[in-house]
Amino acid sequence: MKKRFPFAAVLMALFGASFFIVPLIATFYFSLKMTRGELGFAAYASVFNSADFLNTILYSTIASLIAILIGAIIIVPTAYWVRLKVPKLRPVVEFISLLPLIVPPVVLVFGYIRLFGSNSWLPLTASTFGTDVLLVVGYVVLSMPYMFRAVDNGMAAIDISTLTEAAESLGASRLRTITTVIFPNVRAAIISGAFLTFSISVGEFVLASLLNRPAFGPYLVQLGQDRAYEPAALAIMSFGFIWGCMVLMQMFATRKPGQRWLLRLTTRPAQRARP
Amino acid sequence: MTLDASAPSADLGAPIPRTSGLRMIGWNWLGVTPFFLFAFLFLIGPVLYLVAGAFQNAEGAFTFDNIIALGSPNIVASFSLSIRLSLLSALMGAVAGLLLGHAVILGGLPVWVRNAFTTFSGVASNFAGVPLAFAFIATLGRLGLVTVLLRDLFGFNLYATGFNLFSFVGLSIVYLYFQLPLMFLIIAPALDGLKTEWREAAEILGASRRQYWQMVGLPVLTPTILGCFLLLFANAFGTLATVYALMGSGFDVVPIVLFQQIRGNVLYNPNLGYALALGMVAIMGVSNTLYLILRNRAERWQK
Repeated sequence: MKKRFPFAAVLMALFGASFFIVPLIATFYFSLKMTRGELGFAAYASVFNSADFLNTILYSTIASLIAILIGAIIIVPTAYWVRLKVPKLRPVVEFISLLPLIVPPVVLVFGYIRLFGSNSWLPLTASTFGTDVLLVVGYVVLSMPYMFRAVDNGMAAIDISTLTEAAESLGASRLRTITTVIFPNVRAAIISGAFLTFSISVGEFVLASLLNRPAFGPYLVQLGQDRAYEPAALAIMSFGFIWGCMVLMQMFATRKPGQRWLLRLTTRPAQRARP
Repeated sequence: MTLDASAPSADLGAPIPRTSGLRMIGWNWLGVTPFFLFAFLFLIGPVLYLVAGAFQNAEGAFTFDNIIALGSPNIVASFSLSIRLSLLSALMGAVAGLLLGHAVILGGLPVWVRNAFTTFSGVASNFAGVPLAFAFIATLGRLGLVTVLLRDLFGFNLYATGFNLFSFVGLSIVYLYFQLPLMFLIIAPALDGLKTEWREAAEILGASRRQYWQMVGLPVLTPTILGCFLLLFANAFGTLATVYALMGSGFDVVPIVLFQQIRGNVLYNPNLGYALALGMVAIMGVSNTLYLILRNRAERWQK
């Protein structure tokens, strides 16, 4: 085949690019029009001046961070243990960690409300604290597929059994091996999974709404019903936020153990080039 | 439920005290207990509770009534709406993603174009939910920028053509914003897997471009494309926040009906709600399982 100008390909790429970009430009432009007759950042100022915005974003951030912490505490030792000692259980653990992709959030929270209802054996929904716990636990469950995969990939990149044997022959206890040898080596993988979890759970709507928590997702929906320009501003900001999370996730996912942090920011190795 | 949750620890609690080797097995099981305990309590337990409830009546006796009640007209209508919407958006996503992938990856464009699309797709495939709905309201809503520009610059009234963002078709266009990038991301490895040797061999044997795609390219890609289609279908089927933010609670896809049911028992039968949840999980489960099977089949070619 002769090399000719890839006309159709360019056309298709342009079409795809404009489908992606036009809504962003439109939303950004729309968000600038709050003050009649001029363009400005009034909608953004209005968002940041709202106490509800600050309270809900703070609540969701804290809930997400706790969920990430609990997720890491459950997933890291499990992934380590399964690889090292009970590889037979690996398919089972992997299957369970993928289950949240099959169980929609609305079904999961339905189960929570019934199973942990106010007159059940463990009445978590009866108290504010209990409901907060359920929300955080729900976020841990929703993040399990991503967290497990990130950590498991991280474990695959290092030689766990040699590291463990080395630590043990130097007299380290099991706990010490995990906290001072394994954990630092998969830290980048955990952080990579954490950013994905964070981007999912901060704006999460279904769980927060049905558990009736003052989180960011329900606030967003309410705002969408009450206001015109602020939602556009928030859409742009959340796109930027997700972008940031994804860039950081990618950065940590490709980072090798022991690699320097600052170097990474200045010289970035070429992304997967085509073979 | 208590029994379920404590079952794994009961297994570990009784290691046969014979040799040190066997005691190690006991310890090894213990290491994964926290994970299993957590999963049973907060993932498997709640789902099993709903599944059990789907087969019980209000008094707790076994019955198929709830499953039969899934056949009532309004529930069938919402399943049908959900399935049709998911099929349409998965079809649009799969076709557009395949065309885009083909253009960007195999079309002879510079590598930076591909990298840009890959990065952007990673972000856009996660840009779902409420903010996505806001973005499209600002774009294609009645006062959206594109609607207004079309009207003012070209005198073209989009809404006079019958188009409405807050409709079945409008919603599937909104879904396309996360379906297309997802398709692009998951089809890319398969497109990379099409070996140059195959095309060269086909060309040497005198095949035209069209014949190559018809007889080599597409047949190799078919399991991947079908698998991706199912993944997109499941992705759309489980979407709730985007619909809710765009349409409110009036658009009766299955997740919205369940959402309303949890809020205020709109079905007037809690156990019917359980059956609805079971139906959702079944559909998600089947499409995801088929996806995994097809993916395994497709990987044959990528060795």
